[in-house]
Amino acid sequence: MKLRTLLAGAMALGLATGAQAQDDPVKVGFIYVGPVGDGGWTYQHDQGRLAVEEEFGDKVETVYQESVPEGADAERAITQMALQGADIIFTTSFGFMEATNAVAAKFPDVKFEHATGFMREHPNVSTYDARFYEGRAVLGTIAGHLTETNKIGYIGSFPIPENIQGINAAYLHARKVNPEVEMVVTWAYTWFDPAKEADAARAMIDQGVDVILQHTDSTAPQAAAQEANENGGRVFTFGQASDMEAFKPLPRVASIIDNWAPYYIERVGAVMDGTWEQQATWAGIAGGEVEIGEITDAVPADVKAEAEELIAAMADGNYHPFTGPINKQDGSVWLEEGETPDDGELASMDFYVEGISGGIPN
Amino acid sequence: MDLSSISPTLLIASLMVAATPILLAAIGEMVVEKSGVLNLGVEGMMIMGAVTGFIAAIETGSPWAGFLAAAAGGAVVALLFGFLTQVLLSNQVATGLALTLFGLGVSSLIGQGYVGIKANGLRRIDLGWLTDLPFVGRVIFGHDPMVYLSLLLVALVWGFLKYTRAGLILRAVGESHDAAHALGYHVRRVRLMAIAFGGACAGLGGAYLSLVRVPQWTDGMTAGAGWIALAIVVFASWRAGRVLVGAYLFGGITVLQLNLQTAGAKVSVELLSAAPYLVTILVLVLISFRAGRGGDAPADLARPFHASG
Repeated sequence: MKLRTLLAGAMALGLATGAQAQDDPVKVGFIYVGPVGDGGWTYQHDQGRLAVEEEFGDKVETVYQESVPEGADAERAITQMALQGADIIFTTSFGFMEATNAVAAKFPDVKFEHATGFMREHPNVSTYDARFYEGRAVLGTIAGHLTETNKIGYIGSFPIPENIQGINAAYLHARKVNPEVEMVVTWAYTWFDPAKEADAARAMIDQGVDVILQHTDSTAPQAAAQEANENGGRVFTFGQASDMEAFKPLPRVASIIDNWAPYYIERVGAVMDGTWEQQATWAGIAGGEVEIGEITDAVPADVKAEAEELIAAMADGNYHPFTGPINKQDGSVWLEEGETPDDGELASMDFYVEGISGGIPN
Repeated sequence: MDLSSISPTLLIASLMVAATPILLAAIGEMVVEKSGVLNLGVEGMMIMGAVTGFIAAIETGSPWAGFLAAAAGGAVVALLFGFLTQVLLSNQVATGLALTLFGLGVSSLIGQGYVGIKANGLRRIDLGWLTDLPFVGRVIFGHDPMVYLSLLLVALVWGFLKYTRAGLILRAVGESHDAAHALGYHVRRVRLMAIAFGGACAGLGGAYLSLVRVPQWTDGMTAGAGWIALAIVVFASWRAGRVLVGAYLFGGITVLQLNLQTAGAKVSVELLSAAPYLVTILVLVLISFRAGRGGDAPADLARPFHASG
């Protein structure tokens, strides 16, 4: 009796949900590599998620899983989200690339969007990225002017093209305004580990680096620089992914902000209209995905003006940060006078430009 | 490569800072394991300490209140584990893992309003001319008080386990809870006290991260330090001195490899990155081999005890 009632109930429920299927909200999933409270990369993606909720209200339901490790566990997490009925899943770290494509093969009806990757093995996988290197060019310009020790530090996460583009762009533009400048690169081999990031920043400061760019996600390097400044140091940093405005006006003198909200709203909208198609998006300062946060008064006015000019030139599309002549590290010619690389070449960048010492781990 | 840009003084000073959170957590966990309890929740207790310590330091303006709150916070979560495993006799491994997940989640919840704020950190002590001495001044007399406290704690734990009656009872409980029980010792009470102590130490370690080493609150900021502490206890074969060696080695090589990279050393970066883990394990295993027997795990580690058994 009891069992029968239960079954009847379940069937009624099943029918009911079947009938309602068309009015169901679109379920949007997000896979994050760090915690939403990292104050950087993942925080910005989550701001994008909230913007989607705000835009579509009841018509969407969003779910996310944070701190998903890159590697085998990612596939499990993405599969789980697909099984829970997500209609579109954004996987927001380079290391989720293989896992995203593997899961996409198993769920042809679910749309997948992978951030910062280049693999689209199935028609239901799109990739999207931002031209962070454009922002790095601006930071490099400021860094070249600010440094007194002529040592600029770059805390890299992993030696992937996105980091290498950033290192090259920052170095080229720092050297343009300061030919003496030297680039010090330290690989943290993590996207998020505040203690290690702080240690990396301290190691740099101990060795005379006075401007630090970071490609890792926490605000720990900012705090380390602030501590050094309190003990009589002169160290500048830049916010990464998020504005990191808590560290204004010093040590944080400017920032690269990732603005994912317009893209997320557009793509979720496309799923709703049924117009979603595979694509590869790579927008930058011109498209509004990359923004430069407030340049503080710690930067001299003429330097600030120069940086703003550079931003404007990139926003108009008049300037490409990698414009020849540029040689590779080994001295061979990469770009001839006035030449710019195509996106494929940029997306697989695996070499330093001339003037940077040290090798890239592979 | 320009190795001269690495200053040995600053290197040693920063390795001590890098090692202190792990050292605190590991020495606490060692006492817990010596009493026969395996608490895999070190990471969870550390992060709870990190967040409660940070919040208390912000609200009161005093880092010392922060550390006190962190120790209390760690101990409270640890006692939750103690209640489940010692009174309700739940599985220690599963409960410990759950404690880690619980700690990460709860800390993120209560830390919501504290992201991006700066707490009053601990100042380095200043002993006048002693601190101004070259090299030794900075390395020996120029740290924040918690570094000294952590070293003192290691010495106290060592002395406690080796020379005191209470230490002997704790070890007896860990080696054979049935025998200890037959002799009239309160196995459960001893273990609960050890668990609380372990939690307090892990909490201090976490607060050292959020108040001194990083110093700020960020979600998930322990980033695996608790697991390193657990591993160090095992590879140090449950000896206080070796825990100290292990923690300093790990912290030291972490800092050294970053310095070598920054100085542009021509060593493969992958190798440098893996070095802290490899060298720490290798050295502690070698020490254990040389020391021969006697450094083994407590015989009743992770075995549940019930007075009826």
